[in-house]
Amino acid sequence: MRWRDSALLIVILLAAWQLLYFAVGDVALSSPARTFQAAARMLGDARFWPHTRETLLAFCQAFAIALAIGLAIGLTLGASRLTGEVAEPLLVALYSIPKVTLYPVILLVFGIGMPAKVAFGAIHGIVPISLFAMNAIRDISPVHLRTARVLRLSPSETATKILLRAALPEIVTGIRVGFSLTLIGTLLGEMFGAQRGLGFLLMQAMSLHEMERIMSLTLLLVIFAATVNAGLLALERRLSPSAGLSDGPLARG
Amino acid sequence: MSKAELIRLAVIVFLIGMLEALCRTGIIPTITAIPPSAMFEALFKILASGKFNQDIAVTLRNVSVAITAAMLVGIVLGTLLQSLPAVRRIFDPLFATYYAVPMYAFYPLLIVVLGLGDLPQIAIGFLLAVVAVLLNTLNGLDRVPPVLLKTAQVHRLGLIRTALKVRLPFAAPYIFTGFKLAVAYSFIGVIGAEFITSNRGIGYEIAFAYNNFDNRVMYPMILLVLMVVITVNMSLHHWEKRLMERRLR
Amino acid sequence: MHVSLRGVTRVYGARAGQPEAHALGPIDLDLERGEFFSVVEPSGCGKSTLLDVMAGLARPSAGECTFEGRRVEGEVPDGIGVVFQEDASFPWLTVRDNIAFGLRQAGRLDSEIQAQTLYALEFMGLKDFANAYPAQLSGGMRQRVCIARTLVLKPRLILLDEPFGALDQQTRLLMGDELLRLWRETGATILLITHAIDEATMLADRVGVMSARPGCFLEIVSTGWQKERDSTVVSSEAFGRLTSRIWTRLRVESLRSLGHVDQ
Repeated sequence: MRWRDSALLIVILLAAWQLLYFAVGDVALSSPARTFQAAARMLGDARFWPHTRETLLAFCQAFAIALAIGLAIGLTLGASRLTGEVAEPLLVALYSIPKVTLYPVILLVFGIGMPAKVAFGAIHGIVPISLFAMNAIRDISPVHLRTARVLRLSPSETATKILLRAALPEIVTGIRVGFSLTLIGTLLGEMFGAQRGLGFLLMQAMSLHEMERIMSLTLLLVIFAATVNAGLLALERRLSPSAGLSDGPLARG
Repeated sequence: MSKAELIRLAVIVFLIGMLEALCRTGIIPTITAIPPSAMFEALFKILASGKFNQDIAVTLRNVSVAITAAMLVGIVLGTLLQSLPAVRRIFDPLFATYYAVPMYAFYPLLIVVLGLGDLPQIAIGFLLAVVAVLLNTLNGLDRVPPVLLKTAQVHRLGLIRTALKVRLPFAAPYIFTGFKLAVAYSFIGVIGAEFITSNRGIGYEIAFAYNNFDNRVMYPMILLVLMVVITVNMSLHHWEKRLMERRLR
Repeated sequence: MHVSLRGVTRVYGARAGQPEAHALGPIDLDLERGEFFSVVEPSGCGKSTLLDVMAGLARPSAGECTFEGRRVEGEVPDGIGVVFQEDASFPWLTVRDNIAFGLRQAGRLDSEIQAQTLYALEFMGLKDFANAYPAQLSGGMRQRVCIARTLVLKPRLILLDEPFGALDQQTRLLMGDELLRLWRETGATILLITHAIDEATMLADRVGVMSARPGCFLEIVSTGWQKERDSTVVSSEAFGRLTSRIWTRLRVESLRSLGHVDQ
């Protein structure tokens, strides 16, 4: 049933796109057919892949850092009630600021190039990962802890068998959101002052007014982001049936 | 002030103090960052001189337009979708994936279509905000207890008056959450877009100052954005909590 | 006859995973104007389909229901008030605005609205809480708000579905007294549905004992109380006889409805 609905959605979106194209014309838009063709061609073009590699490299590093630091911060802060209470408004505030305004600071600290992109992408991801991880720990029902004590589990057993399992769905939500935001951050970093990468290609196509290029790049990026997100969402749902509520990242609290 | 609030304040003061010390002693060079005290001083001077008042006004106006549009469209579409469950089910995957997609990737597209004025920035802010409003409207309307709908029937209210007098008022706190998100997302969208490409606004001035190695303008402006955004979001957060508390059954 | 039901039946159609359910009927019932009629359902019986049909909130699958000579079908007629089991107060309005709600929707004049609202506030003992919000009140108070909101429109027929279900025994008795006072004051016809036998017996002129699904009236018992009655009737001998008679009839139905074999 869900497949049919998703397929219908895709058909509706494509139809809307096509209609918009008919209305606005070649100057402003590229038709779905042409865009898909251009995208296919781009994937086959040898000059495309170095940029993709650049972006993926930056993204993977950024995401790895975001995961490591985010989980470390989140799990530690969540462990004690006081630290959690102190930290939450700070993290929520960090979450809501336009991080793009911090980019110049990052450029000044790291200089132009890969390290800046990685850092910028990472700060986008650290905040949600730590926020969700922290709340995941705080939300663990005290009943679980008491059960562990009644069963006389050792601290490490308690941590792995009960606490981790109870907190896992929310942590995965944070990771999913962190993934998307890190990707956005990495791309954003490339859209300003970069010389390589998919974000740079996008800005280049814009300055040259190459509609087909802009749209096929956007299409590929959207497909990539949407697919990974759907996969992570499916993982979340398997871990917890009510997880993955589509409230958007800032809805907590 | 509670213990947590005190500790939080102490942490913030400590961090700012550290930054100040590191800058003043030269460990952080001036080309990288200026001390926080200098940032505040410069900001005060800039605001007093009114040099960037027009940019500030433009950004705030664009953000407001984005928020208003997002609220109107989001609430109307949300109310509509709530009464059309089949259509809603079809669009569910779209909403679930919406915030994963790099919205800024559409920015070049929007510039080509909408031109180089303020519209592309407003559009990005709107696009980021509208789905949050829609989803929260849906959430609120979903929660209307059936007994209230029956009460509306007993009072013979009819479809539209039921929506206006019972369903939407009940959903109001949840719609307010949507408003809070719309504000945050509009700021992120508009200022981010200004930063990437535009010819006026706070984001533009920050980028311009950076390109001209002008830390004495860049940092105060960044500080301004941070202060405005954090203050606005925190007040809304506070209001939201109070609205929800009044409702606790 | 103020209210008439003839052969009223309600069948819930078969849905995915659920067979067809014959919930109600056939029901034949006549209510005189100004009568207080209570319906006792066996334990385990679900939502009051009877009330929904009488209020016009649901259509009967067969048979017809008339109110003041006109058929009740599909929409709620003018002059009917309903008090539900769940709290139906509007959380975003103060007590005063809750009570005034119906009057405002009907477009009455401000002066009239104010006068009627004040009267209802005083009658239901809510005057001190006029500017409070429902969330600040206890369950019993909120039900009083719902009753006040209903009564202010001067309905000629009042339907109540287990209105005191969430309250403790003593509060129930006191609320019962208030309901009787309301009834005498307004002269409305009242139908109250409850699981509580003593409540049904204490309040009503006649008690309808309903069977398990499909719900039909097994027996209608006249209590013979005077109009000027209150909760003190519970200590009379007649009360004991009536309740035991009703319980004898009902016990079998309750067991059946809860899935036990006939004892």
